[in-house]
Amino acid sequence: MNQLFSLTVIAGILTSAIRLATPYLYAAIGEAFAQTSGVVNLGVDGIMLVSGYAAFYVTLQTGNVWLGLLAAMLVGLLMGLLMSFISVTLKAEQGISGIGLYMFGLGLSSLLFKVMVGTVKTVSGFPALKLPLLGDLPVIGPIFFQHSLPVYGAFLLVPVAWWVLDRTTWGLQIKAVGQNPAAADSLGVNVDRVRYFSVCVGAILAGMAGASLSIALLNLFQENMTAGQGFIAVALVYFGGWKPLGIMGGALLFSTVNAFQLWMQVLGVKIPSDVAIMMPYLLTIVALAVTVSRARQPAALNKPFERGEN
Amino acid sequence: MKFRGLLVGLLLLSLVLSACGGGGTPTPAAKPFRIAVVMPSATTDMAFSQSMWNALKAVQTEMGGESALEIKYSENMFKVPDAAAAIRDYASQGFDIVIAHGSQYGASVQEIAKDFPNVTFAWGTDVNTFGLSNVYAYTAAAEEGGYVNGVLAARLTKSRLIGVTGPVEVGDAKTYIDGFVQGVASVDPAIQVAKTWTGSFSDVALMTEAAKTHIAAGADALTGSSQSVVGSIGAAKENGKVLWFGTQQDQASLAPELVVACQVYDWTGMLKEIIANRKAGKLGGDTFVLKLANGGLKIAYNPGYNLPAEVKAAGDAAIEGIKNGSIKVNP
Repeated sequence: MNQLFSLTVIAGILTSAIRLATPYLYAAIGEAFAQTSGVVNLGVDGIMLVSGYAAFYVTLQTGNVWLGLLAAMLVGLLMGLLMSFISVTLKAEQGISGIGLYMFGLGLSSLLFKVMVGTVKTVSGFPALKLPLLGDLPVIGPIFFQHSLPVYGAFLLVPVAWWVLDRTTWGLQIKAVGQNPAAADSLGVNVDRVRYFSVCVGAILAGMAGASLSIALLNLFQENMTAGQGFIAVALVYFGGWKPLGIMGGALLFSTVNAFQLWMQVLGVKIPSDVAIMMPYLLTIVALAVTVSRARQPAALNKPFERGEN
Repeated sequence: MKFRGLLVGLLLLSLVLSACGGGGTPTPAAKPFRIAVVMPSATTDMAFSQSMWNALKAVQTEMGGESALEIKYSENMFKVPDAAAAIRDYASQGFDIVIAHGSQYGASVQEIAKDFPNVTFAWGTDVNTFGLSNVYAYTAAAEEGGYVNGVLAARLTKSRLIGVTGPVEVGDAKTYIDGFVQGVASVDPAIQVAKTWTGSFSDVALMTEAAKTHIAAGADALTGSSQSVVGSIGAAKENGKVLWFGTQQDQASLAPELVVACQVYDWTGMLKEIIANRKAGKLGGDTFVLKLANGGLKIAYNPGYNLPAEVKAAGDAAIEGIKNGSIKVNP
């Protein structure tokens, strides 16, 4: 048990946690944009899969990871436009259309993979990048500053997303549209356009989440490789109170406990594997129950807006 | 409103037509033998489902192609109700054999097989035929190949720490790993084997992290089971020096310089026997166990890895010992 608190192990846990948290950060912060404007997008996992596949395939064919990332973002945008069209223009029930989008993404990514690639293979993704100076710091250097670019990007996204939502007019409009679309509409804000924008931003970020898996962290594609991570990302939005910082806290809590339980198993700590596997979920629920949070969901969440109806 | 009504009407019509569609029998020469298979993951999963798919395709080629053997499949049926619907669907469409390739489908097979006494059902991995004369059960003695891999890994490890990245602690994942641990112990009980379970067959990200954790803890050889081990192999590849031992499928293509050997499930013998039985009038009732001795399990050494001769000899000796019964591996 003493080994568990040695430096190597703690360093290992933190490094793993940062890697594990990366796709959750992209996907959940993206979803926070969509939800802040009032649209629930449950199709995040499907977007992650199709975009992840696109990134993988383009990188496999061209050898260029940036083209792969661009492909993922483009595919994410297209899926986002589809979701916006269904939820905002057609005003369909958002929960159901989100699930539909998830199944579409799962099926499409599997089909394309089977037809165009056929067998699991690895690809050369974003390499680990040691930051100058910071990466050489003892102890802290290897833990925090020797990751690949998409990992750094995920954490940089947190302050950027906070700044956009809290300090720009866009952010204000997004929040207004999510809280009281009728009032926003009366003041000249184009509710539909803002929602389209937010959902698409969310989908592009979900695409980057998929790419972070297929061309940075795992460097391969396999059918259904996200295994439901997109849904956990949606849950993290609620956990984080629709705030990027809260979401980062949730993602890191979940990922750190996950990394911790893996190390516990490796070191042979006598705990049933089922309990170890359960720990991240259990602790996240406990954290949610214990922290008294006044965050309330956007008032107009999951309610399509029709001028004159509300 | 009218348009919506028309749409509903068309939908209902197409449903009715598709339900009626299955019955008609075309006359031509020989009717192809028809097999349907329901799988929990993809045919390209580099593991469990792919092993059955490969076997079916091999048997189809041997029998003369699509005109001799028709194969229909439903993949990614990880949800049991979906699989049950597919199994029932295939049975009602008059397939000769319906394969329920997943131990979670047991209860469904038990229920559906009673309704279709003329259809042969095969399900695995398990040994229970429910006392029904039209059900076969099949499983693989994965612990045998696990033992052989364990012997090889124990002789190749220099750090004397081996990592096992497991998915869910059930079925052939568990028996494979139990066999592996016994194999390592038979060479040197002092070698440490660390085990992790991710709780999922498909979570590649967590499996990758588990593998990286083993590597960070000092393991220089890894093994594991399920489709998500592609993540473990990727982690080994990224490290560049960690060796991989696989099961269910030959995984050498993923890391040609690091994969040492893989236990391969070969279902072709079993499939041919089931087909022959059916043609002779027997619809079920047997249990098949893939073993090294009956050719159902094979150890595929990776030619791309430079395996020292004495290590290969030890591996071959283990295979022979298990085949002739002198080595007993407990599942």
